Amino acid sequence: MSSEAHTSAEYIHHHLQNLTYGQLSDGTWGVAHTAEQAKEMGFWALNLDTLIMSFLLGAAFLWMFRSVAKSVVAGTPSGLQNFCEWAIEFIDSSVRGSFTAKNNMVAPLALTIFFWVFSMNLMDLLPIDYIPLLLGSFGVPFFKVVPSTDPNATFGMAIGVFLLVLYYSVKMKGLGGFVGELTLQPFGKWGMPVNFLLEGVNLIAKPISLALRLFGNMYAGEMIFILIALMGGAWAGFSATNVTLFGSQILLSLGWGIFHILIVTLQAFIFMTLTVVYLDMAHQEHH
Amino acid sequence: MNINATLLAQTIMFALFVWFSMKFVWTPIVAALDARKKQIADGLADAERAKLDLELAAKRSAEILREAKAKAGDIIANGEKRGSEIVEEAKNQAKVEGDRIVAGAKAEIDQEVFRAKEQLRTQVSSIALAGASKILGREIDPKAHNDLLDKLVAEI
Repeated sequence: MSSEAHTSAEYIHHHLQNLTYGQLSDGTWGVAHTAEQAKEMGFWALNLDTLIMSFLLGAAFLWMFRSVAKSVVAGTPSGLQNFCEWAIEFIDSSVRGSFTAKNNMVAPLALTIFFWVFSMNLMDLLPIDYIPLLLGSFGVPFFKVVPSTDPNATFGMAIGVFLLVLYYSVKMKGLGGFVGELTLQPFGKWGMPVNFLLEGVNLIAKPISLALRLFGNMYAGEMIFILIALMGGAWAGFSATNVTLFGSQILLSLGWGIFHILIVTLQAFIFMTLTVVYLDMAHQEHH
Repeated sequence: MNINATLLAQTIMFALFVWFSMKFVWTPIVAALDARKKQIADGLADAERAKLDLELAAKRSAEILREAKAKAGDIIANGEKRGSEIVEEAKNQAKVEGDRIVAGAKAEIDQEVFRAKEQLRTQVSSIALAGASKILGREIDPKAHNDLLDKLVAEI
């Protein structure tokens, strides 16, 4: 029983560990083979699985849109162009709905965020063991397929959005205006420290909430997939319990997977909408 | 699940993706969408204009038709008038001609009558002379009785 608990914990840990490349404790550079090794690498290490998957997914979606954009016709559209036009109009209308200033960058940004996050989240629906097992047979110790369960990916994007918010705040209101917005309200200039504390938290909360919301949702979803997968993983020969567990795994992963389709889309949409809203606030002179 | 340099790499990748999407995806597709919007608007405007043109043309054709009918009516009326005029003229001409012919014939007849009378007159005088000479049994000197004879001729 204790050994089974041990393997379950190992299974979970294995699935939650990124494939990290960095300086090993003996001074050489390489891939970490245990969670401890990965931890010891410190900041200057790269999660190869996150990078590769997110790059492939982003490149795939951009390639698809690019192939349409190259042969785009104003006449009767066909096939993939229909889909891309629908997507672009969908993004465009939601951006128009919540972004009031004029900026040609926001809509493409929203498009990128939506489809990139959506495709990264969608990887959650792949059977969780297949790719790690396949790559494991080639000697790859860990592989997390869903990039958005890595906080590096979600914070990476959130930081990008945050930099844009800062840039446009300063650009639109001037440095003085932006600093004033941070320090002169809500309590007037005598309450400056309190104002700065409140507004600073308000400002910092934007990227953090953006990143943690996506990460938390995807991580929790992934966790539940792992737990469901443990039911069948406990297989130890034919018995009523094992068969029941196996059947439950199939039913539960089906149910959770279907529910997850909603979460995948919703989280991508929320990330996109909040980004647009934050940028809109950055563009507002009086807020 | 450690925060590491992946963060920076992801941010850079994100920026590149956004740049690419803005430059090579969004712009051309939105341009095409705008072009189509314009095409459709133009098409609708054209259709509207064509409809208007059609209405105008229908009105115009009706007008032309009405004018043509009126003109045709005029022409027919004129023709009829002219026809009756011609007939009238011809009638008059024929009458005049007939009168002229009749008058000519009458004159000729008068002339013929006059000539016959003249001939008769000259012949009467000679016949009278011959008759008188036969009665008297002698030659009458026409010179001596010339004034008597002339008187006779004038009487006839």
